[in-house]
Amino acid sequence: MTVTDTGAIRINDRASSAPVAGVAHTNARRMAGLLLAAGLLAACLLASIAVGSRDIPLPTVIDALFAYDDSNDHAIVRALRLPRTLLGLMIGVALGLSGAMIQALTRNPLADPGILGVNAGAAFFVVLAVGLFGLTSINAYIWFAFLGAIITTVFVYAVGSVGRSGATPARLTLAGVATAAVLGGISSGISLLNPAVFDHMRFWAAGSIATPGYDAIAAVLPFMALGLVLALAVARPLNAVALGDDLAAALGTSVMRTRVLVVIAVTLLAGSATAAAGPIGFVGLMIPHIARWIVGPDQRWVFVYTLVLSPILLLVSDMLGRVVMRPGELQVGIVTALVGAPVLILLARRRGASGL
Amino acid sequence: MSALHPTPRIDFGRAFKVVRSSGQRMSARLDVKAAWVSLLLLVIALAIGAVTLSSGAFEVPLDQVILALFGEVDDRVRMVVVEWRLPRTGMALLLGCALGLGGAIFQSLTRNPLGSPDIIGFDAGSYTGALVVIILLQGGYYQVAGGALLGGLVTAGAVYILAWRRGMQGFRLIIVGIGVSAMLNSLNTWMMLRAELEVAMAAAFWGAGSLNGIGYERLVPALIVLGVLVPLVFMLERPMRQLEMGDDAARALGVNAEPVRLALVVLGVGLTATVTAAAGPIGFVALAAPQLAKRLTGAAGITLIPSAAMGGLLLVAADHAAQHFFAPTQLPVGIVTVSLGGIYFIWLLIRESRRR
Repeated sequence: MTVTDTGAIRINDRASSAPVAGVAHTNARRMAGLLLAAGLLAACLLASIAVGSRDIPLPTVIDALFAYDDSNDHAIVRALRLPRTLLGLMIGVALGLSGAMIQALTRNPLADPGILGVNAGAAFFVVLAVGLFGLTSINAYIWFAFLGAIITTVFVYAVGSVGRSGATPARLTLAGVATAAVLGGISSGISLLNPAVFDHMRFWAAGSIATPGYDAIAAVLPFMALGLVLALAVARPLNAVALGDDLAAALGTSVMRTRVLVVIAVTLLAGSATAAAGPIGFVGLMIPHIARWIVGPDQRWVFVYTLVLSPILLLVSDMLGRVVMRPGELQVGIVTALVGAPVLILLARRRGASGL
Repeated sequence: MSALHPTPRIDFGRAFKVVRSSGQRMSARLDVKAAWVSLLLLVIALAIGAVTLSSGAFEVPLDQVILALFGEVDDRVRMVVVEWRLPRTGMALLLGCALGLGGAIFQSLTRNPLGSPDIIGFDAGSYTGALVVIILLQGGYYQVAGGALLGGLVTAGAVYILAWRRGMQGFRLIIVGIGVSAMLNSLNTWMMLRAELEVAMAAAFWGAGSLNGIGYERLVPALIVLGVLVPLVFMLERPMRQLEMGDDAARALGVNAEPVRLALVVLGVGLTATVTAAAGPIGFVALAAPQLAKRLTGAAGITLIPSAAMGGLLLVAADHAAQHFFAPTQLPVGIVTVSLGGIYFIWLLIRESRRR
């Protein structure tokens, strides 16, 4: 690992400097793998509705979705399991895609959506909401958290882009790390002096998709949809950016415009995901790595695979969290790392782990 | 020399003084500017320390503080200054120096201004160890210190072993470190959620890093451990600087690269572990001190003595702020270092880009 003087972490070991082609070499294989993953996702969606402290048989799940009667099981499916599963799907997509975008933009395999200060900003505003305004319901936090994420990202981008060189990846990263440190310090200062705030924050910070429900989904859906469109639009320019800023410009890509679009898309996706469910780590960091390991460096394939694989990790983690401590539950934000980290370590121990 | 051939002035670069022991067996090169800067930093640190000793609920005039330390003074003043306040301020100076040194070692080894022992999982592991002791075993100060030490060292060792596969590779070490840290952080979050509110807050207070309630019985062990570690670090300063040029160049100069690196990692982790055991994980000093020292001395790379002096100054100043800025509320000192350090970092980023 070496580093430029401005602080960019650049990893140039032999195994990671050359783009690795990926396990699936041909487009036909990539397509087949994608279909397989999509099938897996569909199965996860159904299972996520069926599994829980009270298991509901699959035929009843199907009935509840398409032929609703007022029975107990049907009510559970419609009122609890369905919104939870939908939220898991949306948040998985949002976190995974924003992770893939931020890694491609900063050319840093360690970047995750939190690096622009999204999580720290959201948490800071939630602390303010609880501490100053006495708000206590999750749905009241949403707008505070979202606002915090947006303001912080804008601030980080502004700090990162003063001067003639503009918002280079290294400066963005440093600005994000520093801003997150300050906001995190102030947040924990406020919450340590105020037990009620502290108690709310430790639950919010765990990250959960169990409680938000339809209101939260409706609140964040438009932002996520917009973010998704932007994300799919920048996949191609990001392929050029991966070659370096100068070469990308020579190829006719507007590096500046791509950066701004990526920052907007990451803010919308990660900001709304964090607002709805609290900070859920690891999805955005890990899934792009796995996708890159399967399909190689083409961002378009990476994005599509991330789109499908991320919700699988999130839903599987959520299901595990419901099952392991019945009738209690483990928050999904806790389980994602416990499930994902061993996979990541195993991948890293293989030869030719994915670089960027 | 005659006037026809004036002695050409040769620029030898930075001014050095070579210090030799009487028998010429030992010698050391002393960077003059670095020495002055370090001395100045230490004097400022001591001055702030004296102010901290004088202020509090019981005000002691500065001349009385000096008398209490070096001369005769009435018993009440001696009690307050020497018995109550001195251990805490002394600990701040000592731990600050240790953090500055530890940060300098890791930034030199990784050639990365963000390098720190948490890239090999030390922080997450020590927090896990401390939480287990605080929450599950209800242990006291020494048990918490032991738990943190054990957790951190075991984690660092585990990461090193997991990442070892026919040699060490930077990228793999980082990925494995992230994975293990993420799993431990999940475990930490879970333990915090399961704990009673007061216990969780006590744990979070420890996690923020605090010097509250430090007496001689805690200062002395830290003093002994650092008394052993610090001389060892200075003995390795020369090979450490040579390693910065890359393994091959260092080997050509006669440095045995792998053992020296391992020894430096062990020493760096040992310094950080001492601080964590004594006062909890105090953030940002290790990160900021070497960078600040580098800018003040105008040195080309990371230097040990100025980094240590800067670390001592930072922590003494942060401790003064933590004790008195929000009096009577006592903030954990770690929160002050993170907030102020982060703000300084942002300011530095903006200023550096303006200049370009």
